[in-house]
Amino acid sequence: MALRELSSLEKYLGLKKPNKYSTQGDKKVPVLQNNNGPPMLGLATIACHLAKEAKRPELLGDTAESRAVVQQWLEYRVTKLDSCTKEDIKFILKDLNLYLQDKVYLAGNRFTVADTLMYYGIHPLIVDLAIQEKEQYVNVTRWFDHIQHYPGVRHHLPPVVVLKNRIYTSRHH
Amino acid sequence: MELFVSEGNPHCLKVLAALEVTGVQCSVQYVNHEERVVPFLSRPTLPALLLPTGLHLFSSNAICRYLFEVSGQECSEFCNQWLEWEATDLQPALLQALYMAVLQGKGSEVSTVLQGPLKFLDQSLSKGGMPYLTGEAVSVADVVLWAALYPVLSDSSQALGEHKSVNGWFDRVASIHSCLSAAQKVLQGKGLQGMKSYMQRQPAPQSSQGRNTQPCNCNPIEGEEGERAFSEEELEAAILNWSKGLSTSPLATDRQHPILPQEGKRNILVTSALPYVNNVPHLGNIIGCVLSADVFSRYGRLRGWNLLFVCGTDEYGTATENKAREEGLTPQLICDKYHAVHSSIYKWFQIDFDFFGRTTTEKQTEIAQDIFWRLHKNGFLVEDTVEQLRCEQCQRFLADRFVEGICPHCKYPEARGDQCDKCGRLINAVELREPQCKVCRQTPVIRSSKHLFLDLPKLETQLEQWLEKSTSTGDWTTNAKQITRSWLRDGLKPRCITRDLLWGTPVPHPDFKEKVFYVWFDAPIGYLSITANYTDEWEKWWKNPHQVELYNFMAKDNVPFHSVVFPCSLLGAQDNYTLVSHLVATEYLNYEDTKFSKSRGVGVFGDMAKDTGIPADVWRFYLLYVRPEGQDSAFSWADMALKNNSELLNNLGNFINRAGMFVTKFFEGCVPVMELQQEDKKLLALVGWELQQYIQLMDKVKIRDALKHILNISRHGNQYIQVNEPWKNIKGGDTERQRAGTVTGVSVNIACLLSVMLMPYMPEVSQTIRNQLNAPQSCVSTMLQGNGTFVCSLCAGHRIGTVSPLFQKLEADQIEALKKRFGGQQTPQSAASTQPAAVPAPAAAVEVVTVNGVDPEKAKQLTQAVAEQGDKVRALKAQNAEKAVITAEVAKLLDLKKQLALAEGKSPEPAPQKGKKKK
Repeated sequence: MALRELSSLEKYLGLKKPNKYSTQGDKKVPVLQNNNGPPMLGLATIACHLAKEAKRPELLGDTAESRAVVQQWLEYRVTKLDSCTKEDIKFILKDLNLYLQDKVYLAGNRFTVADTLMYYGIHPLIVDLAIQEKEQYVNVTRWFDHIQHYPGVRHHLPPVVVLKNRIYTSRHH
Repeated sequence: MELFVSEGNPHCLKVLAALEVTGVQCSVQYVNHEERVVPFLSRPTLPALLLPTGLHLFSSNAICRYLFEVSGQECSEFCNQWLEWEATDLQPALLQALYMAVLQGKGSEVSTVLQGPLKFLDQSLSKGGMPYLTGEAVSVADVVLWAALYPVLSDSSQALGEHKSVNGWFDRVASIHSCLSAAQKVLQGKGLQGMKSYMQRQPAPQSSQGRNTQPCNCNPIEGEEGERAFSEEELEAAILNWSKGLSTSPLATDRQHPILPQEGKRNILVTSALPYVNNVPHLGNIIGCVLSADVFSRYGRLRGWNLLFVCGTDEYGTATENKAREEGLTPQLICDKYHAVHSSIYKWFQIDFDFFGRTTTEKQTEIAQDIFWRLHKNGFLVEDTVEQLRCEQCQRFLADRFVEGICPHCKYPEARGDQCDKCGRLINAVELREPQCKVCRQTPVIRSSKHLFLDLPKLETQLEQWLEKSTSTGDWTTNAKQITRSWLRDGLKPRCITRDLLWGTPVPHPDFKEKVFYVWFDAPIGYLSITANYTDEWEKWWKNPHQVELYNFMAKDNVPFHSVVFPCSLLGAQDNYTLVSHLVATEYLNYEDTKFSKSRGVGVFGDMAKDTGIPADVWRFYLLYVRPEGQDSAFSWADMALKNNSELLNNLGNFINRAGMFVTKFFEGCVPVMELQQEDKKLLALVGWELQQYIQLMDKVKIRDALKHILNISRHGNQYIQVNEPWKNIKGGDTERQRAGTVTGVSVNIACLLSVMLMPYMPEVSQTIRNQLNAPQSCVSTMLQGNGTFVCSLCAGHRIGTVSPLFQKLEADQIEALKKRFGGQQTPQSAASTQPAAVPAPAAAVEVVTVNGVDPEKAKQLTQAVAEQGDKVRALKAQNAEKAVITAEVAKLLDLKKQLALAEGKSPEPAPQKGKKKK
């Protein structure tokens, strides 16, 4: 799974020469085989490396603050999101919903690698949501819908239909 | 920049070390583990760094990385890798190790858990051949990993095996003075034990993590409640309250109508959204407005507030006209009929209105027209021409719901005049392709018609000023604030207030004499006119913003009309109206996992609740227990049975009954003498604390949350009885008998307090308890005054009445039967999916079109019969029964369906499965 994400990310970044990957351990941690040095380990680390390789450092944040925010969400992805229990899902969605209330992207107004990896990671959760839950987490669904339609991001994942929020009964319109 | 940390939290050790090493200027604040610093996280998360931009970083690694970067040391890719490894591999192992060492006393097993990560670290260090993780100098990775490992590696009692390179590296980092000083700050020199209070609050680690593993069933609040510690002063205060006894202040007098605002009192006007008359309300409607408002009103009266609770049926509008057409009655007769239905349902649910009126009254016309003329005079009404569909055959303009046609967006053939059910888009009726009049099926024509609009943009500034004040001083629910904000953000547009209808309040302006007011303009004025029908002095409530606080209860779909549109009407009318101070909106209550739907027969409707044989108070309890407060919730039969059996029967009812029975059986029905010991005092303080929480929450209209504290008290009570075993002590010597007496006396007094706290929720049960205990009436007002005081209201010698059980068990088969009965066509078995067309969904058109032979009563019975027969056929198929048998039963089913179709006035061909219909 992580490898397909990385290959989607490579395509998004427009990297011509695909890298060689393998996985390690029970958790299938992705490993990037590197000709010039030791292999590189970990999804977030490799993703950041790819952004640099593609000469797109702005995707890692353009200020010290936003760089820290990007790293924070990458870490969130590989820790909280990837090992969440059923119980956690509610909290994750609730928190994220509140966080995204006044944001377009995870790191504010700019699209970053954090959006990509969080989108890939949260996809299975969103697929399982009922319509009402999607309405409940309207900021998450808005962000999610936005990212899945962001040019070149979706690739290996099926699109999720995000329904409109019908808050008002027709009687009053 | 501000850093928030807590003592004994190992993650805080990382950031404090990073802060010291980098020397970045930043103020550090020590807070409790439980402090929620990061506003968007629902669980307390520390450390947290408040950035200059106002954003919070909540990951310790990201904070360290940031501190290093602002001090000029950027994080290399190699560093990244170590930080990621720390978060994904080392931390889960460390958490488990610390849990074992600190809480479980299994220090010896720590090395097993940490073996893997330590080995990996050791190999990497020795292979790299450098003093630090990423090179010759200390990097953020060294600080983070060192701090993470410090608690275990510094503890000499942990034999962690030989990791030569790790030990060397660890000592090198430890020699940096600032690292050790950070460790000292966090662990206070107590080593692993310094983290005990932090670890106790962490969920138990799971040995194997992942989405599919079952969450560990540890109880995170365990210990928190049972061990709530009270200081000596708090215990003294509890005893003081207890011994105060009942207040001698005059008893709460019976209500004297009409209730009018009084000088020097808290004057509260409570309204519940007016239920629309044309249908029977379902449970979601009931919890959303009338029941919530009732609980709050009952509570307010107990608190001694001068409170008026009004509500009534909203009777004008298209839907009533529809219903009248359908039932062959005049709109007025329909309203009379359904007003009575509503009244009786609310009566059964014990909704204690001070007045339950209706909107089709002369007062409504008078007040609505007065507001209209004032708006007109003040220049807040504008005229505009609107294109509308008119049916020449029916001789009238067609309201949105009277038109159907092809959706201009998605081509769905049955789009309604206001919205397409398929794509959900809002539609202007004139955009529909091939529109049809729903009544006569003729094609309507487009005609223009002159209408009046309320000039909301002109009132926007005034509205915003008022909203600013009201939302900041009043208790508005979050959803109410959010919805209001989103309306304002999108900008207000003029809103049409007139309609080409017959059934409504006539527009008094001569140029619009054929028209009536649009229901959204008219309906909220109902609050005023209903009050006016209650008392001629209604203006003392409604034109008295300085003395009166107005609470509006509703479901969230109604928010904009109460927070934006209606306030604009009143502000524009400029007559010193009382505007809403507290807007309390619930989310939605779903039925099982679907929506309530009258047309599909799904869900429990007000009139059916009593047929279930379950008492009104139990219904009230469960609905309030699942009140959609803050988020949507669902009504579920199984859950209702569970809550009845576990909370009402085994917890609350059991405690109250035991307390009463001990008095009856062991002390001849008289409350024994109580000599309080330390344990009893602690219990009094604990119960007093729960009572205070209850009052704080109820004051803020957190009705569901407050209910939990009632149940907590009876849980404490049960535990208290269980530990003290009065049934054994009563057989012992004098000391033991004395102890049994004290425990019984305290328990029966707690039961009395519970009856008072339950009053707003379960009025009948509450009264029954007080009858059984023969409790003095003054206990009610005494205990709910001020912050809440738990007093001894049944003193030694008090004779109680006859005690009997309060609740009955709900049996599984009983619940299963109810579930089936109210499930509509939603057959819960998986078999349903193999036979999708087994039960045709009755089209919503049934509600509108009148056909000879329609018999709703019969249709209801037949629907039931069809559902049962359908189940039978599926069961037979599932058992692989003989083909002939199945064929015979299928024939029966088809016949029943045919009869049903006829009774519903449809053609007897099986209807194709249609899209979801609006209720």
